[in-house]
Amino acid sequence: MASQEILRQEPGRGSFINDPKIRALFFQTLVVILLFVSIWWIVNNVIENLQRLHIASGFQFLRNRAGFDISDTPIAYTSDATYGRALIVGLLNTIIVAAAGIVLATIVGFIIGIGRLSQNWLIRKICTVYVEIFRNIPPLLVIFFWYSGVLAVLPPPRESYHLPFGSFLNQRGFYFPRGIWGDGSWLVLVAFVVALAMAWFVAHRARQRQMATGQQFPVFWTSVALIVGLPVLAFLLAGMPLTFDFPKQSTFNLTGGFQIKPEFLSLLLALSFYTAAFIAEIVRAGIKGVSKGQSEAAAALGLRSGPILRLVVIPQAMRIVIPPLTSQYLNLTKNSSLAIAIGYPDLTATAGTVLNQTGQAVEGVFLMMIAYLVLSLVTSAVMNVVNARMALVER
Amino acid sequence: MSWVRTEMTLAQPAPPGERGAYAWVRKNLTASVGDTILTILGIAIVAWILPQVINWAFINAVWTGPDRTVCATVSQGGIQPDGWTGACWAFVNAKFGQFMFGTYHIEERWRPILVAILFVVLLVPMLIPRVPRKGLNAILLFLVLPVVAHFLLVGGVFGLPHVETSRWGGLLVTLSLSFVGMAVSLPLGIALALGRRSQMPIVKWLCVVFIETVRGIPLITVLFFASVMLPLFLPEGVTFDKYLRALIGVSLFAAAYMAEVVRGGLQAIPKGQYEGADSLGLGYWQKMGLIVLPQALKLVIPGIVNTFIGMFKDTSLVLIISMFDLLGVVKQNFSDPNWATPQTPKSGLIFAAFVFWLFCFGMSRYSMYTERRLDTGYKR
Repeated sequence: MASQEILRQEPGRGSFINDPKIRALFFQTLVVILLFVSIWWIVNNVIENLQRLHIASGFQFLRNRAGFDISDTPIAYTSDATYGRALIVGLLNTIIVAAAGIVLATIVGFIIGIGRLSQNWLIRKICTVYVEIFRNIPPLLVIFFWYSGVLAVLPPPRESYHLPFGSFLNQRGFYFPRGIWGDGSWLVLVAFVVALAMAWFVAHRARQRQMATGQQFPVFWTSVALIVGLPVLAFLLAGMPLTFDFPKQSTFNLTGGFQIKPEFLSLLLALSFYTAAFIAEIVRAGIKGVSKGQSEAAAALGLRSGPILRLVVIPQAMRIVIPPLTSQYLNLTKNSSLAIAIGYPDLTATAGTVLNQTGQAVEGVFLMMIAYLVLSLVTSAVMNVVNARMALVER
Repeated sequence: MSWVRTEMTLAQPAPPGERGAYAWVRKNLTASVGDTILTILGIAIVAWILPQVINWAFINAVWTGPDRTVCATVSQGGIQPDGWTGACWAFVNAKFGQFMFGTYHIEERWRPILVAILFVVLLVPMLIPRVPRKGLNAILLFLVLPVVAHFLLVGGVFGLPHVETSRWGGLLVTLSLSFVGMAVSLPLGIALALGRRSQMPIVKWLCVVFIETVRGIPLITVLFFASVMLPLFLPEGVTFDKYLRALIGVSLFAAAYMAEVVRGGLQAIPKGQYEGADSLGLGYWQKMGLIVLPQALKLVIPGIVNTFIGMFKDTSLVLIISMFDLLGVVKQNFSDPNWATPQTPKSGLIFAAFVFWLFCFGMSRYSMYTERRLDTGYKR
């Protein structure tokens, strides 16, 4: 009797309000309705506002004449080109400064990070001071410091600083000789590619041989000899087809040579010095994260300090380092949008100009977001491949 | 016939080569040939930079003066000898009021000062662990103070003259933006993190899309979004203050980062804690609020403070949508013809950098202190 009663009560126990499934369904329906209502409301408002302000919509404007100049153009661009091309120029500038910044920041960051772990008290302190200064001030301030504090107060072109190798430094930027490759220079390129392939082959064979016989082969020095030697040989064989276009000083300006504009220079220096402070901390944490037993065991096996670092500590440290390093690379790429503050025509700056001229804010901001998201995704995809190669391979 | 020593030998001091200044130098500066070379290099760098910095910032610096002439050389139209370089602290001195308050009316500046005093009075006991009544303190600091500060700063009530936010500037904007941003982004970030780990697929995906989109784009784009697109989203006639738009942009941006930090903490809490709370019959909010979040947030204090520091630094970006925070005001004053000298930008920027550094460094040190204090010894 009693058990039957309990069984009968079972389905009705507690009201359906307390059923987590029904609750979840209810809340999610509510969220979806709210979302659609607010999207509908926003779209409605946008359409109304655009009509009122007589702003066209759609992406047709990308084919219109841009009508503004861009100071740094990696590809051919005039003010007669289209808005679409202007945005591509901006995107290329972003990629250039981000790529250069990533390389420079990584080099500086690794040096400082290893310096913070040095046995040497003085080096340790210098690196700590560097990190603590740059981590705690805004990147925009660093950019301004280089731009208006350092580069803008350099002497005018007439009184340029003369640097070695015929390069000049003045308030219009850094000038250095531009190499002009003559006939037959393709030979050098071919030699370089061949040398790379041969170096890879040597490394591969040396590894196989070491696995099979235990004998080692000086891979590093052979590769250096190949990669430097072959192109130099090809260069000599081709009859040295390289001439330099040196910057020349005239009354008011420097002509010829290759000019790096102060906008680019200050952005690059600021981004890489700022990010380097963070990379240094990541590297330090990575190396400290490898347990001391690893290097002690390697020492017990008879390895010297160089191989211990190269073969035991760094490969394990890289596993810790790469994920946060990726996010620093992404940060640097995103911070390159600060270029707008000093007038370097990166994606944000050109998109901002386009947006102001056409008034098509929705499309402009949308394109900007998509471009940065794609850049971020590509960077993380590359770094994920690197990470997968570095990661701990278990059975 | 053996002799056994009955008392212990006294401890001997370490040999002279192993203690004192000499041993320290040998161990820390000249352990090997390479080390010695590095030390010499380091000394060379310090000896090259430090005197220049000290000379520039202190010895040759100009501390007071009426206008640009004190900071310019003779050939630049000033009084300093040719070839002189030194910091122009006189510029900072003369513009100090602007750097702090922007163009806030001078006779009304007691209002931001009063807010600052209230802020410090409420913040300091909040930061000292031993002071009691943390709950009341937090309510006053995070709920009452913003309301009071709003009425005091904006005015227009109780006989206080109205001050438009376009007149706000300098450190006032930097601090108020970042304080409100912090107060908004932490709860919002916690909500997003909980949403991302929610069982409900739609809520989860909404949070994921929001977090990943915002984290993938630069803050400037978010600020553009807030300043250019927000007005388009609203019906005609409804307008937002520019300050409020920047505030929304900065808070949303920081919230996305905060969400990821909090998610890290939530993931680090062992499953047994969630299950234990469930088996005690706690509901979702009780489980999260009483069991999981207190532990999770404690774990991620460094991450939260890092996000705060990042946000404090990021407020300087509002100058791109033409609002004048500390950096913006400093930069704006470079073009003042009364003070334009080659030394002015450097001096102003270094002053701004020092202020930013002070706040960020303070925050990071406080977080390290808290981390040590709250370390319950889970980590082995």
